[in-house]
Amino acid sequence: MKILCCISHVPDTTTRIQFTADGKALERSGVTFIINPYDDFVLARAAELKEKNPSGVHVTVLCVGKNGTSPTDSVDANLRKALALGLDEAVRIDAEPVDAFFVASQIAAYAKDKGFDLLFFGKESIDYNGSQVPGMVAALLNLPFISFATSIEINNGTATLTREITGGKEVIESPLPLVLSAQKGLAEWRIPNVRGIMQAKSKPLHVIPPIPVSPRVQTLRHEPPPPKGAFKKIDPDKVEELVQELANKGLI
Amino acid sequence: MSAVLVWAELTEGRLKKPSLEALTAGRRWADALGLPLWAVIISDKVPEGIPATLGEYGADKVIKVLAPEFASFSPNAYARALAAVLREKNISYALLPQTYDGRAIAPMLSIWAEAALLSGIVTVPEKTENGFTAKRIAYSNKGIEWVSSSHLPLIATLKANSIVPAKSPRAIEEEDFPFKPSEEDVRLRVVRVEKIAADKVPLTEAEIVVSGGRGLKGPENWGIVEELAKVLGAATACSKPVADVGWRPHHEHVGQTGIQISPNLYVAIGISGAIQHLAGVASSKTIVVINNDPEAPFFKAADYGIVGDAFDVVPRLTEAIRRYKEQHAH
Repeated sequence: MKILCCISHVPDTTTRIQFTADGKALERSGVTFIINPYDDFVLARAAELKEKNPSGVHVTVLCVGKNGTSPTDSVDANLRKALALGLDEAVRIDAEPVDAFFVASQIAAYAKDKGFDLLFFGKESIDYNGSQVPGMVAALLNLPFISFATSIEINNGTATLTREITGGKEVIESPLPLVLSAQKGLAEWRIPNVRGIMQAKSKPLHVIPPIPVSPRVQTLRHEPPPPKGAFKKIDPDKVEELVQELANKGLI
Repeated sequence: MSAVLVWAELTEGRLKKPSLEALTAGRRWADALGLPLWAVIISDKVPEGIPATLGEYGADKVIKVLAPEFASFSPNAYARALAAVLREKNISYALLPQTYDGRAIAPMLSIWAEAALLSGIVTVPEKTENGFTAKRIAYSNKGIEWVSSSHLPLIATLKANSIVPAKSPRAIEEEDFPFKPSEEDVRLRVVRVEKIAADKVPLTEAEIVVSGGRGLKGPENWGIVEELAKVLGAATACSKPVADVGWRPHHEHVGQTGIQISPNLYVAIGISGAIQHLAGVASSKTIVVINNDPEAPFFKAADYGIVGDAFDVVPRLTEAIRRYKEQHAH
């Protein structure tokens, strides 16, 4: 069974976000980039499937991105971190991820004739939370798409999955190959061990050029969110004041 | 360029708030372009009263794509149906609510309709010299992004709770659109649906959310959260540590790796306000923080704060709201 895990390279949640002078892009200097937390769920699930059947499962990790100038902004370093979970090889498509259509087109072009049974994604990346790339890849390859998956089990070429929906969940059966985007629950996050980290250093990491694709969406500018004024402090003995404030705003 | 199209999502045969919000935004978009607004329903049947409600919220026409296969959800089949409607009706603008299913369909639709996709927008797309422009939230509420596209067709998904549903009644026309999903598009099959406590408000749609954290000390103390939620008509939620230790179910976890919400009112009880938690809730319109630690970082994101013991404050707040509601009941 061949698995492709696609990951995003995103600013650490705790990082301070600033934009370039023209507002068009994130100011990358001084920012630590991590593997998108939702992608960690699929990496962990792929590692579990690999552990159960080491010779029968092959896992490729892929990211579309260019390495930044600082060691905390290296796509390659994040791909090696993913490999350290016991996965087999990594691919970096050497291009700036300009929009979701561009990224999805790169991934689909790479995956098209490789015979992957499972294409794994996080449900969204924490930079723009767009949830766009996995569904676009599924459509480009004409594969069944299961979004917000919280579990997947595979038996005799059929997958049984659960998917989060409004106020509940769906249990789904699908043939392989399929495209999945993961919600929390798919697997427990894993931390690579020392042996995994050492082995990852010598695993293959292929850097391949992008195919030409015209993006369809542009970022005009970014701006910081409107500043939040100081909060209004309510005396714990005068909760009625809070009730009145909320009533004035039409909230109760 | 015949119309602006809105996918009206049926949840157990009903139109829920995200669809009404999308209709409202769609109506404004259509008015700005001088086009009619069409709603599209994909289902095995149209429940009584649905076309009337669509008309009430501004749709001039409802296109009904009906087939037995649509009784359960397949993003592939739904996206194919929408792509067929866009193509055959020569429609350049479509809007979907950014719900679980809307987010599954929209990217597939964008490929099959050869469209651009603006995802998770919070404003009606506006025509500018850069094409259509809209605003969305970026970097876990630490930034705002203005996105644009001059590519047509253009599809957008509207983030929940970003536009207040408004009526704009008109007489609605109905049209059947014959379409049968291919076997390829129903390869995935929903075996069963499990609903979690059907009487509760789903978190992603709730206008008010009451949330508890480690400060509540144990699952046996959640009564005060639930009582407050009940009197407010709110959904209940929790922080990640609380879900991780199993005090509350995972589907209640709001925050970066849990559910992201933007209700009108978020009440945080005994939650310190770690940045990962704020990432999931900071776009709430009004935030009330109740915490006994005056240094809790959550206060920086709050509109109202009470420094005090939750076990003392929350029951009195619940009682005060109940009294207020009784006095102001019609």
